[in-house]
Amino acid sequence: MADEKVREVKGPGPRGQRGMPRPKIKNPGKLLKRLLGYVFKFYGLQMILVVVCIVVSVLANIQGTLFTKTLIDGYINPLLKTANEGGSPDFGPLGFAILRVAVFYAIGITASYVQSLTMVFITQGTLKNLRAALFEHMESLPIKYFDTNAHGDIMSIYTNDIDTLRQMISQSMPQLLNSAITIVSVFISMIVLNIPLTILTIIMVATMLFASTSAAKASGRNFVKQQKNLGKLNGYIEEMMNGEKVIKVFCHEQKTIEDFDKYNEELFESAYKANAFSALLGPINAQLGNISYVLCALLGGALALTTSSSTGAGVAFFLALVQLFGTLSVGSLASFLTFNKSFSMPINQVSMQFNSIIMALAGAERVFNLLDEKPEMDEGYVMLVNAEKKDGKIVEVDHHTGFWAWKHYHKAEGTTDYKPLEGDVTFNDVDFGYTDEKMVLHNIVLHAEPGQKIALVGSTGAGKTTITNLINRFYDIQDGKIRYDNININKISKKDLRKSLGIVLQDTHLFTGTVAENIRYGKLDATDEEVYAAARLANADSFIRRLPDGYDTMLTGDGANLSQGQRQLLAIARAAIADPPVLILDEATSSIDTRTEKIVQDGMDKLMANRTTFVIAHRLSTIRNSDCILVMEQGRIIERGNHEELLAKKGRYYQLYTGNKSETA
Amino acid sequence: MLKTLAKQLKEFTFTAIISPIWMIGEVICEMIIPVLMGRIVDIGIGTDEVPGDMGYIAKAGLIMVVVAAFGLLCGCMGGLTRSKASAGLSRNLRKAMHDNIQTFSFANIDKFSTSGLVTRLTTDVTNIQNSFMMLLSMAVRAPMSMVVAMVMSFYLSPRIASIYLIAVIFLACIMFGLMGTTTRYFKKVFERYDALNESVQENVSAIRVVKAYVREEYENEKFQKAAFNIYEMFVKAEKRLAKIGPVMMGTVYTCILLISWAGAHMIVSNELTTGALMSLLAYCMNILMSLMMVSMVFVMITMSEASAKRIAEVLNEKSSIVNPENPVMEVKDGSVVFDHVYFSYKEDAKEPVLKDVNLDIRSGETIGIIGSTGSAKSSLVNLISRLYDVKEGSVKVGGRDVREYDLEVLRNEVAVVLQKNELFSGTIYENLRWGKPDATEEECRRACELACASEFIDKMPQGYNTYIEQGGSNVSGGQKQRLCIARALLKAPKILILDDSTSAVDTATDAKIRKAFAQEIPNTTKFIIAQRISSVENCDRIIVMEDGTVNDFGSHKELLERNPIYREVYESQTGANGDADFDEKN
Repeated sequence: MADEKVREVKGPGPRGQRGMPRPKIKNPGKLLKRLLGYVFKFYGLQMILVVVCIVVSVLANIQGTLFTKTLIDGYINPLLKTANEGGSPDFGPLGFAILRVAVFYAIGITASYVQSLTMVFITQGTLKNLRAALFEHMESLPIKYFDTNAHGDIMSIYTNDIDTLRQMISQSMPQLLNSAITIVSVFISMIVLNIPLTILTIIMVATMLFASTSAAKASGRNFVKQQKNLGKLNGYIEEMMNGEKVIKVFCHEQKTIEDFDKYNEELFESAYKANAFSALLGPINAQLGNISYVLCALLGGALALTTSSSTGAGVAFFLALVQLFGTLSVGSLASFLTFNKSFSMPINQVSMQFNSIIMALAGAERVFNLLDEKPEMDEGYVMLVNAEKKDGKIVEVDHHTGFWAWKHYHKAEGTTDYKPLEGDVTFNDVDFGYTDEKMVLHNIVLHAEPGQKIALVGSTGAGKTTITNLINRFYDIQDGKIRYDNININKISKKDLRKSLGIVLQDTHLFTGTVAENIRYGKLDATDEEVYAAARLANADSFIRRLPDGYDTMLTGDGANLSQGQRQLLAIARAAIADPPVLILDEATSSIDTRTEKIVQDGMDKLMANRTTFVIAHRLSTIRNSDCILVMEQGRIIERGNHEELLAKKGRYYQLYTGNKSETA
Repeated sequence: MLKTLAKQLKEFTFTAIISPIWMIGEVICEMIIPVLMGRIVDIGIGTDEVPGDMGYIAKAGLIMVVVAAFGLLCGCMGGLTRSKASAGLSRNLRKAMHDNIQTFSFANIDKFSTSGLVTRLTTDVTNIQNSFMMLLSMAVRAPMSMVVAMVMSFYLSPRIASIYLIAVIFLACIMFGLMGTTTRYFKKVFERYDALNESVQENVSAIRVVKAYVREEYENEKFQKAAFNIYEMFVKAEKRLAKIGPVMMGTVYTCILLISWAGAHMIVSNELTTGALMSLLAYCMNILMSLMMVSMVFVMITMSEASAKRIAEVLNEKSSIVNPENPVMEVKDGSVVFDHVYFSYKEDAKEPVLKDVNLDIRSGETIGIIGSTGSAKSSLVNLISRLYDVKEGSVKVGGRDVREYDLEVLRNEVAVVLQKNELFSGTIYENLRWGKPDATEEECRRACELACASEFIDKMPQGYNTYIEQGGSNVSGGQKQRLCIARALLKAPKILILDDSTSAVDTATDAKIRKAFAQEIPNTTKFIIAQRISSVENCDRIIVMEDGTVNDFGSHKELLERNPIYREVYESQTGANGDADFDEKN
């Protein structure tokens, strides 16, 4: 059973590597068009320049190949004749011809240099734009997107998918263009030189294509298998490495090795087969190319051969028959043979590029899918403004006063009124579900008056965190109403609503940057003094000053160089500097040990003073002095009241409380 | 480093050696063809004066077809052997690494980190497999075809061949010059990539913070800067690479023109034939293309160097804990003695994690351990089952130093429920049987009853056959902890260590588990690390850890009387400022 169920791992794995099976794409043409459109949008002129350069360099190259014919037919043979006839050959015209070709070549080289240089700017510029667009769009997406998509998958759009696009834009695209132009112009040149030889060449190229697609198909089947086995093995590795310490503790090493060997062996088998088939492609194409060359030489020789007395009758008849289709000069034959090679080469290249183009399009699809995600809508029009009280009336001002007001424009009357920001939050019969099918909150009613402390208690999954997600509109409710200072929060601009709320979460997230920068995240224009004050309030000042560079200490990897408690203190300081009227503390102290918690708790208490606070916690010390405690179970509030009231009720809260007590006694 | 990796070829060594030989065969075949082609032109087709010979064309053509067929055979064999050798190498590398990791001690694992080991076993091995395959084909093929083409050219016309030689040297100098600076730039590009990825990673995982503080704009600006930095460096690097193509073309074209000029003279003065000239032109392309391939191989090798290094590190790592010779195969009882124990995780650590720890624990005692985070509680218990070795002093179990025991014997008798515990994908039965492979269903059920796990298992539709997803993601934290305890109980150990193993279990169940332990396995020595006083206060004795030292050791009553730290923690959790626990109840 375990064998079949090993999960395939995504993320920093083999995605986007050489030889992957072709992923299924719904509409490759449309995707390609969109991608090209994206490139053209910013780099239209440059793209045209690139196309012109490619045409020029291909033509110059063909000029060069044709020169072989001119060289032999037009110069060497006549010169040879003159020399054989005893005359002194004049190399002047040849020198001139070489000079002329050199000019062609120079033009070709310049064109190809300009092309590759321009391509660098186009590729990197497009990627830069694409990354920026991706990121900007990602920032605008609702929380739901992040909750429903694996973070590894989102990351891999930025890494793997963008990388395949880089290869496609910088290599595949110009090469395809180059190949197409080469194929067309070489084809025309071949026809001009000799039609029978052209037909022969095309037949041979078709054979090559047939052979290589069959090998590619066989290889593709095995690649799918290899990918599956690789996924299985990687999944196994990931699981076992994560549990490696448990393996040691249980002396389970031998069993693990046996299982591993099995997966490893399966992968070897399929990897070998998959690679073997694709390794056949090269030699098959190369040697078929050679045979095509030989056949051309034979036919071409027959066309070019001059019959002589020594020729047998049969051969002479054959030659005469062949030459009914036309004759060929030796020089033309030489040129044609070069064309033979330069015709099959781009065709091979295109077929080799095909896989990587499909891969890149799959990447492009994921990139565009992210770009097509619906961003968070903000239809709120009630705004938070700086205000002042003048003669008992609130007026809007454009400088920071520390006094905030809601600017509410009433469309019907065409009037605007101002309401002071106080931090009054009400829930009116709120129902909510992450999906419409399954409600997780039912009939939530609550009222937090300004400055009150509301505690939410209950088991994991009771819906405590969900409630806080609704206040700041990370998610929108299905039914009922939530009001903030008596304004329906749907009317408040999300930006301003969130500015008025402070959040400290259980998992603190810090950003790469200095300690001061991290605190300043709450208020970007805060002075150093304000930063220190916030840190002092959070009891963080003393430990920060002990850090090697104090407030300028660099934090990396989510503050990995700090302890859990220290990170939590910084998160509190960050919330403190923002100075919001409403605060949400979601299990902010649960992963800290009791002694450290005391320090954090002190900071937290100072922060909570005079603010409406929603606190989710499971420690009594955090909860007991709340103005109202809401006991939640399965998405409903089953009890409410302050500590004493709830105890007197002898309900669920009492049970939880005394249940613990009886154990300690 | 390369030697370490090459050793892992093992049974594929022959295949890996034979592969380039096939390759050489293919190259030689490919090189013969232009000569034959030239001959066909010279002898078969002839000139306007000297009549051609159709018979010769047919003969040479036949030889060419045979040569091409042989080339095909060589090429296919080369491809097959190459695929086999590289797939085999990757298989062996994975196995060798995995086998070695199984011998690792905790210290070794810490050194590499879990994700580090995963990367080495997956991405790095794939990198090496791909590079090795390229190496087997191109690294041999390119120089080979260059040499053969060069030799053939010298054979046809030493004067013209010398033009090639100069061109090759010229190109090689320029290319390696360009490559050198470019790889430096690329290294910088990758550094900036890391910064960019970090920025994305941070924003994805901290999106709630970003949104809560309305910092989308701010983050956008930060990201734009990072994206521009990459752009800037990438353009710099690629601008250099863009020069290689034109330089290459320029050299090829110059050669062609020089040969045309010189060749024309030589043909006229009968030093060269038209056919030979054509062959030479074909070789020209060959030689310079091979040079291009050589430089690509060079880039490939530098790129996979990092992977090779990382793999070699794992292969060369020696486990810091090995079984002693003539190990003791039986643990007498569950007594534990710490005798002047010093311990640190790193050899060169300034401050030891544990300092002069002395403890004497009788078999069957229940010992509580309490202390703030970082006070080395876990480090202390990890020494008992020899997950780490002491730096100084000794830890004795059943009267013998733990270093004298056979590791498996010791670890079977000392069961640890780790703080960061893992379940594996498989049924509950399968997971439980990690503790005892031949445990009957009856035994499994009993262990679960003791660990209070049966109450939720019985409620599951498939009961003990419920499939646990990878990492135990389909059970709650408290359920996972109880299953882990049951798994350890199945070992029927002499010593049981619970390292904060009931933190996600509610207090009532926690108490029930402890009660069951006291009644059902009274003779097992039990260590309980906990945050909650309630979890340890009924223990026979309690260790108070503080900064890596034993601050105090005594019963609940004694400690309450004499130890300020213990009292402080106790008071913060009980009494008027008491601390209830409204955690999950399942």
